Amino acid sequence: MRRALSAGASLAFFCLLLLAWKLSADAKLLNPLWFPGPERSFGKLWEWITTGALWQPLGSTVWRMFAGWLAACVAGVALGAAIASSPIARRLFQPSAEFLRPLPASAILPPAILILGLSDAMIVFVVAFGCVWPILLGAIQGFGSLDRRLVEVSRLMNFNSWTRAWKFQLPAALPDIFAGMRVSIAIALIVTVASEMLSSQPGIGYLMLVAARAFRSADIFAGIIVLGALGFATHYALQKLEQRLLRWRY
Amino acid sequence: MAAILPVLILFLWEGLSRAGVLSEDGFSRPSDWAVALVKALADGTLLTQTVETFGAAAQALLISSLLGISIGAVLGLVRPLERAAQLTVDALRPIPSVALIPLSLLVFGFSREMSAAVAAFACFWPILIVTIASVRGVDPRLLEVGKMLRFSWVQRIWKLALPAALPGILVGVRVAAGIAIVVTVTTEIVTNPRGLGHGMTLAALGLQADLVWATLIWIGIVGWGVNWSLLRIK
Repeated sequence: MRRALSAGASLAFFCLLLLAWKLSADAKLLNPLWFPGPERSFGKLWEWITTGALWQPLGSTVWRMFAGWLAACVAGVALGAAIASSPIARRLFQPSAEFLRPLPASAILPPAILILGLSDAMIVFVVAFGCVWPILLGAIQGFGSLDRRLVEVSRLMNFNSWTRAWKFQLPAALPDIFAGMRVSIAIALIVTVASEMLSSQPGIGYLMLVAARAFRSADIFAGIIVLGALGFATHYALQKLEQRLLRWRY
Repeated sequence: MAAILPVLILFLWEGLSRAGVLSEDGFSRPSDWAVALVKALADGTLLTQTVETFGAAAQALLISSLLGISIGAVLGLVRPLERAAQLTVDALRPIPSVALIPLSLLVFGFSREMSAAVAAFACFWPILIVTIASVRGVDPRLLEVGKMLRFSWVQRIWKLALPAALPGILVGVRVAAGIAIVVTVTTEIVTNPRGLGHGMTLAALGLQADLVWATLIWIGIVGWGVNWSLLRIK
């Protein structure tokens, strides 16, 4: 009962904001040139869906985002495991990783364009570069903090190092790795959209920038809704995956 | 120890470039970066750009702190309101900040405000969420004292809840400061013709690879310095 009430209140609050959006747009409180009402924005989105104009740019954006992110996951976990396995490697790599982490991922766009040109591969590379640091640092942390007793158990059971890595170290490191992956999936979306805007590669980001140049504000808002939904969906899916894989923890 | 890897990579880079393995148009050479960096620092372009970028980031941080802390304080004190706003927060927060670049471009044109608005959106969420959590963590007895002293709502927030929640809120602001710089640079690289980001894009368009790399390294140094000093403040 309480939950239903709270959900109702949540929905009511949301609808109230939508209504405020509609009323302020209808009353032309803000310049209608760049502030369309909800019905025009969602109408545009519906038009994209029914005419199929949405799917190709959305597909490109999603593909780049996941290609870069998955590459970063593989590279980050593998490198992290390798670095964590030796204290020397750890002291060698970690300061550099800590230095590169606060660097805006988009800042390597200009050099990447010089080297790789305006291409899909360039975007995927930049996305992967931006995504790899949180995963790498998470993996180093996770693989490095394995319980000593578990190591002893695995020695006693005569596991070879592959089985040991697969059965003991990876599961123990997963929570930290997932924390990095969750940060990274948000970075992936941001970097993908920014790259598309800069390099004029067809995708949702480019679509929106073209719309801005032509003062088609409904297209911009429809794009914002699509990207927000994409951000929400990926975050939610990753959360569900984490809960499934880490069931033993909860 | 920390410097071994970067130095090794730079030497390898330089060597491979001189041997002709790495193309000079894109990869340039670390020795050329150093020259370009010193030159750009000496003629002041890099410093002007840095001031520009930091100005926009500071503006973003100020706006997002004002909004985030005041809204967060109200939501943190009024539980039902916070629950009611949950869906809205969950719906708006996943919007990637760069998605607002086209809109901000339409509203503000090419200006400092354009970058600041996009960055402020990105900074708002961590500040809001940390404020809600820290205000809720304030000892309820403290607020009851406020009630007994017949403090008004505003007084209770301003004089009791916020000071008690301040340490937690500052953590959120610190996180947001890093985000502000990242997002500001991103908007500058993508569209806004000002600041460090634009300096890089311009250099790339002019095929000045050495200046591109020099600016990138400068951004890295400055970003790292900001991070370091923010950690020290704590």
